[in-house]
Amino acid sequence: MAIGYRLSAIGFSLSCRLAVLPSPMTLSPCPPTPPSPAIAMRGITKRFGQLIANDHIDFASPWGEVHALVGENGAGKSTLMSILAGLYRPDSGSIEIDGQPVRFRSPRDAIAQGIGMVYQHFMLVDPFTVAENVVLGERRKGVALELPRVERELRELSDRYDLGVDPRSRIWQLSVGEQQRVEILRLLYLGARILVFDEPTAVLTPQEAERLIGTLRGMAAQGFTVIFISHKLDEVLQVADRISILRRGKIVASTTPGETDRHTLARLMVGRELASFVERPAAEPHEAVVPGEPVLVLSNVGAIGEKGLPALRNVDLEVRAGETLGIAGVAGNGQTELAEIVTGLRRVTGGTIQIAGRDMTNRSAGQIARAGVAHVPEDRLATGLIGGMDLSANAILREYGTPPISNGPFIAGKATASFTDRLIANHDVKTPGRWAKLRTLSGGNQQKLLLARELEGAPRLIVAVHPTRGVDVGATEAIHHALRDQRARGAATLLISEDLDELLALSDRIAVLFEGRVMGILPARGADPEQIGLLMAGVAPDPSFAGQTAAHG
Amino acid sequence: MARLGLPRDYQIERAPAPSRGSTALISLLSVFLALLFGGLLLALAGENPFVVYQAMLSGALGDWNGVAETLVKTTPLLLAGLGVAVAFRMQLWNIGAEGQLYWGAIFATGAALFIFPTAPAWILVPAMIAAALFGGGLWGLIPGVLRAWFGASEIITSLMLNYVAILFSEYLVHGPWRDPAAFGFPGTPPIPDAGWLPNWGTTRVHLGLLFGLVAALILWVMLRRTRWGYEISVMGENPRAALYAGMPTKRTILLVMALSGALAGLAGMSEVAGIGHQLQRNLSPGYGYAAIIVAWLGRLHPFGAVLVAFLLAALTVGGDRLQMSLGLPAAIAPMLQGTILFFLLGGDLLTRYRLSRRVPAALPDPLDRPHEAPQP
Amino acid sequence: MSDIVTPAFVISVLAAAVAAGTAILYACLGELITERAGVLNLGIEGIMLVGALAGAGGCIWSGSAWVGAGAALAAGAAMASIHALLTVGLRANQVVSGLALTIFGGGLSAFLGRNIVGVPPPASFRTVDIPLLADIPVLGRILFQQSALVYISFALVAFLWWYVFRTRAGLRLRAIGERPEAADAMGIDVSRLRALYVIAGGALAGLGGAAISLGTNPGWTEGMTAGRGWIAVALVIFAAWNPARAAVGAYLFGGVEAGQFRLQTAGVDLSPFFLSMLPYLFTILVLVLSTREATRRILSAPAALGRPYMREERG
Repeated sequence: MAIGYRLSAIGFSLSCRLAVLPSPMTLSPCPPTPPSPAIAMRGITKRFGQLIANDHIDFASPWGEVHALVGENGAGKSTLMSILAGLYRPDSGSIEIDGQPVRFRSPRDAIAQGIGMVYQHFMLVDPFTVAENVVLGERRKGVALELPRVERELRELSDRYDLGVDPRSRIWQLSVGEQQRVEILRLLYLGARILVFDEPTAVLTPQEAERLIGTLRGMAAQGFTVIFISHKLDEVLQVADRISILRRGKIVASTTPGETDRHTLARLMVGRELASFVERPAAEPHEAVVPGEPVLVLSNVGAIGEKGLPALRNVDLEVRAGETLGIAGVAGNGQTELAEIVTGLRRVTGGTIQIAGRDMTNRSAGQIARAGVAHVPEDRLATGLIGGMDLSANAILREYGTPPISNGPFIAGKATASFTDRLIANHDVKTPGRWAKLRTLSGGNQQKLLLARELEGAPRLIVAVHPTRGVDVGATEAIHHALRDQRARGAATLLISEDLDELLALSDRIAVLFEGRVMGILPARGADPEQIGLLMAGVAPDPSFAGQTAAHG
Repeated sequence: MARLGLPRDYQIERAPAPSRGSTALISLLSVFLALLFGGLLLALAGENPFVVYQAMLSGALGDWNGVAETLVKTTPLLLAGLGVAVAFRMQLWNIGAEGQLYWGAIFATGAALFIFPTAPAWILVPAMIAAALFGGGLWGLIPGVLRAWFGASEIITSLMLNYVAILFSEYLVHGPWRDPAAFGFPGTPPIPDAGWLPNWGTTRVHLGLLFGLVAALILWVMLRRTRWGYEISVMGENPRAALYAGMPTKRTILLVMALSGALAGLAGMSEVAGIGHQLQRNLSPGYGYAAIIVAWLGRLHPFGAVLVAFLLAALTVGGDRLQMSLGLPAAIAPMLQGTILFFLLGGDLLTRYRLSRRVPAALPDPLDRPHEAPQP
Repeated sequence: MSDIVTPAFVISVLAAAVAAGTAILYACLGELITERAGVLNLGIEGIMLVGALAGAGGCIWSGSAWVGAGAALAAGAAMASIHALLTVGLRANQVVSGLALTIFGGGLSAFLGRNIVGVPPPASFRTVDIPLLADIPVLGRILFQQSALVYISFALVAFLWWYVFRTRAGLRLRAIGERPEAADAMGIDVSRLRALYVIAGGALAGLGGAAISLGTNPGWTEGMTAGRGWIAVALVIFAAWNPARAAVGAYLFGGVEAGQFRLQTAGVDLSPFFLSMLPYLFTILVLVLSTREATRRILSAPAALGRPYMREERG
């Protein structure tokens, strides 16, 4: 019977499936069916250099199931699914699809086996129509486009799964949610029976997300297997039949919505023993600094992100002198945009930004820097540094226009050299010399140089985004030390990080961003990571919180 | 071919910045391989490559006459090449040097013929220089404006403007500016003697060469030592870092394109005032395009441009001399120039990329990051 | 002036425009498919020159104009494969590589053709009247009293239009120039296809050269394409990457070329220089308009044009 699946003519396999399916609960589409699981991944290991992204993972899912994969960033969910979709080859382990061992050399092989992946960044050609995008993936002999036939079949599929996609509309005319449904429609058309979604609701409005969840349930009811990567626990509990939690490359638990609740999930996701919660803040106690004047004040700020969707909504934040405000949140919930609007790299669409008492709304990056704002950007090589130039050139990026570095129209060579050497020495940047090209430095030393440059001249406000990402332990320590010194000196710090430990260790208060909104602000001292995890997952604090924690803790 | 049959887990990635030594080595190797390949072509076409190369070398540099002629050809190549190099440094692909050169020649001629026809040399020559800088700069500014304000690719606009400039100069020399005494031969009347650039002894080498050398020196200082040069380098290397540092990107695009055009315009002026002493048809046999080779082979460095302009000029003069010595077409020179460029472009792969096992920089989640193609 | 511009004169100019525009048309169609695939080839002028030489040379060697045309196709493809290797394979700078090709092609053709300069080819593509169609008033004289290369170009325009907009292969072609990542995700080998179209485009440009050396100006002379390759590059934008519009543009340029000559011999002083400038200026205008996202869509400029494609994150 497996032959029914192998035929990529979806018309056949689908009609077979739909005609014979006795009930949504049937796991296999075409009887007589062996009870093979749709997916069985065994002992999957994938390393990237030193990092083990997937560590002997066993993962299985039967037909007709919505299986949610949850975990923090970097837990290995996407790597696991990339292996399933043929993007990566595992170092070891095996994959069976519907009981048959498979080996994927490319995404094409995976598609041929009925595995389709919907990426966060849609793989659609903008000026093409929906039907044209579908034909692009079709492996059919013949010269003509046969658009009328494809459009007709797409319309049928769209109606059957209530996707509401007009095959003749052009991609650029569609909303993000519609484009996502085009991706689903395309995969269905191409014969996918296993659909993998990478954080599908991250780019959607709540209404669109609601609709998608309905669609996914419908697909599962028709016998498809749906894998759903998400951070949003409420959503996961609503849509999934089974939930697997990944942490540091391993599946730490696999459960069902009936057996668990969001608090348990949050704890499993954040992944720490309770004991370490209690100990950790005490490890690096902040001496209580009395916060001074407000340095950064955001009032009712809104901004539009890359996708053209609102990325920040009605954000009110305040950071005082001598205070570090940590920003927690799952990637893509407005952190990047928050840093950009404060540092002048993105315009706000509403609200005001005050820095040190002056209105700095929509000022240029240069003006804001001159107002005493240091910026450790998210992607240092793309934004804050120039890889192809030497250390001196990188060191003077902020100061090149002011004496003593600037001397009339010239850049003073001696002053540049001594300035660079001072930064290198003071922040222990390991380098053959100031003439070395920046790209030749390790990530940690690049970051130390950047930090050294930004902290020069006693900034009033420091905006630090993932300051220790991709940086070795020693450099991390040095960077944390420098940030603490700045706080003690009286600088206000806006620290954006995905590393909860880092936030807890360095911040006075932690604000959690979710879908561009501030979900809550809590004092870092004694903060409960579980509560932060819930806020990160979009669960608003409720009065019964404490009781529930007790019940499940 | 394109994917080079790599196993999936391997990739071609940007190598860390190549050292100056390896870059120079690649350049040398490219020239050597190009000569080898060119020799092969010559041999296949029934010529003895050693005889041909020998004849080119002695034609270009074998006697003082040859050297002088090489220096004459070096002048426009150097000036226009410097202009191209400045723009390319900022990743502005100005390929309109040819048109900018013509426009400089038009303005310089106009200044000499109609504005200061009776002025002494110390007024006329600076006036012609200023006019040429202005004319060429203006012509370079157009693609700059279209790029800065509309985002239109300067590659195509500057290329198109070449033809407009050349056609306009043809219109002038056939029409309103034609020398009535020249019996219908297209060309303006000669410019006043005061506008002629002094020659070096009895050779055709003229003051324009000095313009080029001085321009190279100024440019070197400008790029290396000034704030503005620093801004140009940063914008060329990483436009986002320039934005981050609050640099005025649009203004710099305009200024750099104007400077680039002005230098090409000066090349046009020096051809009029130093060689032809009139605006004529076919003022430039493609100096503006060869300037792109000068800039690229010279690694966008002003002194590199000096060296390459001289070498290309020698190649051209050597090619010209082949006609007399061996009866071979001068075109061997551009053939070799093109070949050198091919090998250099190919050889750059060795310095720009390396093979590596794919290791994500920070996060092991390939799907968290957008699938953006790298910028060209 | 009105006494010179008689209907017969206009018709003869138009017929000459089609004949003269054919070389540009072939080159333009070649650049069009190259750019549709996302690669800019500024080497068309050099490729045309080599094609023109190969056409004349092949014809002199074999005695057949058709062999010459075949040689021009092959020579164009060979030249373009250098560009494909450098820009698609090694991801070299497309601008510089194209210019190098133009310089190289000019030199190579002048060198290799040194012994056949001015040698009249034993055959060429002469005017062949198409029965019946040639007798249609006005149109017959303009379109159907032409050479075989002209008729082939008519067919080619129709074919390419159909190919680009109506076939699966054409859809893939547009996709790799528009969004290579998406094409890649759909299992299309972007690099292989791009290289293929660069080479095919070069072959057409080579044939464009032969349309001069075996058509309008039989025989080989150094630099005989006289900038037509650059016009072809400009025309692609002017034509908004549409083969049918490319034909219109090519005949417009052909008309300028033919009309200028004829008007001069007729003693009309209508400055041809400004007339010749118009297409270039118009190209700039089109380019500026196409930078606006909305107009870009109407004009359908390939979004990934000039951008090398390299899978960095995926395999």
